[in-house]
Amino acid sequence: MISPLHAILLIPAIAVVVLALIPGYRIGAILNMLASGLTFMAGVALLVVPRYRSDVLIIDDFNIYLVILTTFVAFTTSIFSASYIGHELETGRLTPTFLRFYHALYQAMIGAMNVALVANNIGLLWVGVEVATLSTVMMVGIYRTPAAVEAAWKYFILGSVGIALAFFGTILVYLVAQEVLGEGLQAMAWDLMVQASPKFDPKLLSLAFVFLLVGYGTKVGLAPFHAWLPDAHSEGPTPISAVLSGLLLNVALYALLRFKIILAANPATLNVGLIMVVLGLISLVFAAFMLYRRRDIKRLFAYSSIEHMGIITFAFGMGGPLANFAGLLHMTMHSLTKSAIFFAVGHIAQVKGTQRLADIKGLSTSHPVLAVGLALGVIAIAGLPPFGVFTSEFMLVSSSFARQPWLAVVLVFGLIVAFGALILRLQDVLFGEASGPAGEVKATYVPLFLHLALVLMAGLWLPEPVVRWFRAVAAQLG
Amino acid sequence: MTQSFGFDVAHLLAGSMLVLSFVLLYQDRITAVLNVFALQAIALSLSVAWQALIQDSPHLLVTAGIALVVKGIVIPTALHRIVRRLGIHREIEDVISAGPTMLTGLGLVALSILLVMPVGETVSVLVREDLAFALAVILLGLLMMITRRNAVTQIVGFMSLENGLVLAATGAKGMPLVVEFSVAFSILIAFIVFGVFVFRIRERFDTVDVSALDQFRGERGERG
Repeated sequence: MISPLHAILLIPAIAVVVLALIPGYRIGAILNMLASGLTFMAGVALLVVPRYRSDVLIIDDFNIYLVILTTFVAFTTSIFSASYIGHELETGRLTPTFLRFYHALYQAMIGAMNVALVANNIGLLWVGVEVATLSTVMMVGIYRTPAAVEAAWKYFILGSVGIALAFFGTILVYLVAQEVLGEGLQAMAWDLMVQASPKFDPKLLSLAFVFLLVGYGTKVGLAPFHAWLPDAHSEGPTPISAVLSGLLLNVALYALLRFKIILAANPATLNVGLIMVVLGLISLVFAAFMLYRRRDIKRLFAYSSIEHMGIITFAFGMGGPLANFAGLLHMTMHSLTKSAIFFAVGHIAQVKGTQRLADIKGLSTSHPVLAVGLALGVIAIAGLPPFGVFTSEFMLVSSSFARQPWLAVVLVFGLIVAFGALILRLQDVLFGEASGPAGEVKATYVPLFLHLALVLMAGLWLPEPVVRWFRAVAAQLG
Repeated sequence: MTQSFGFDVAHLLAGSMLVLSFVLLYQDRITAVLNVFALQAIALSLSVAWQALIQDSPHLLVTAGIALVVKGIVIPTALHRIVRRLGIHREIEDVISAGPTMLTGLGLVALSILLVMPVGETVSVLVREDLAFALAVILLGLLMMITRRNAVTQIVGFMSLENGLVLAATGAKGMPLVVEFSVAFSILIAFIVFGVFVFRIRERFDTVDVSALDQFRGERGERG
């Protein structure tokens, strides 16, 4: 009997091999959905089995919720992807051979993200993030157009530099830990490090964190390390944009937060919270202004992802029960909403045959259902009630007003600027004169509206167990 | 064998890697860059093997072997072949000239010494100095990636950066094998990825000069 913990790692690993061998793209797409669905079920099953720890793997409140979120979005995205790739084959942008690699890489990415999430060993955590990155690099370049190749190249170079610096940081953390915990695996185990952290050398630990912050921060897409992100989002297949924004950025931030917890337990180290607050606000304000000049719909939402990662980083930087709670909720809401938006955008780009904002007009008359989906997604991501993003942003703004009014002013300013940009850019898309092809959408709307319904529900009513759980994690984050 | 002798040899080998990083910076022919990189990989494998000896941890010999075979022989040979097939034995343009690049490199070495040496009184001097060397190699690799515009030399810059990482990882006493293996493995993956990309870039543009790609990026011409 294999435990759910093994299942979330084994199912994607097996699926990679099987999908790489199967030639038919239809069977491939179905198997991809099946594997993702099974992984999601195994992720949910983690709730009922007892918590687990070894020097290599760990299951605690913090990662269990991210595993469920990740596997859920991966599952719905695989459903979206199945209806998306049919169209790509028809238009000849992808060939069946490439689809085999696409499906195998998709599972490799999910498996790697799960590895990163459940890793207790900080080296394994690094391996997970790195493999997930490499598999998305390949998928970003899969269209092989000049723009896609350049986007993938840029993503690869910047991602590798980030990952290299993160690895140097990991080595430094190990060096610090082995002085106290002794050589070997236990000196890389995260939970033992947290316990022993007060005895660590604060200077070396602080230096390590700087490398980790720049390294994993590049993967989170924090300004000024964000240059790869808009290109990678706009040139790859849309399902990949959805999982990049919705999941991979989260996983990178999760890695950073694990190290933040280690440093928080040692009062003599540098003030991690302050650095994260500054980086978060820079990303938020910068991305909010960049939103105004976008002409490509996927780049627009890529900048919106930078903005939201900025908000989340700010929230965790502030710390404390309320801000951490807001950060966790915002992480969840952003994942669900942004992937829903990318589902809608993927269908729109397919029916209109373009990603240029100027060429997409009047969706409400030509494709009313898609227009409703996109409009709801934009309302949600702009932070309007009654959606869940509003709840988390409201909590964050009110808690920071109570503690640091000046920071809250900057936060609110960024939010308003971004709000204006989104409304301005998308007005024509939704309500302008209808133009361009008005073909039928051969796609499933289930993932899109399922995500939006969840975000709406979170805005209206958060179930009591979820609240209790987020509180526990927020307390753990300190 | 005295303690200080082990110390000196470790320094010599790590120092020679650093010197080779500098040599990489000012090479202006691709074939020369590849040869220097192979030399650096051999220096790395010697350094790792020495660490295996003085730390009495034979599993590091595996890492040394991987560095020697893969990075010292296989990858340079393959890149030589690619370069020959692409017909680019010509000079490579630096973005900034050799003088300022070398000065920046010196600055980076000073920076890494200043960063690593004062902190961590708890770890031994050998480990600390190894770390300073490793960080300098990493930063010089980064510098090389920034100053070069050619895809192949950017690859070499990246792999030289990874050499620094392996040096750091093996300098940290008793770091589990899992990690070293993964580093070696990631280099392999990196090479495959890079190979694919170089191939595609060649296929699409008839050049491996990355600046030729710039006109296609979303930021220019049509503002994203």
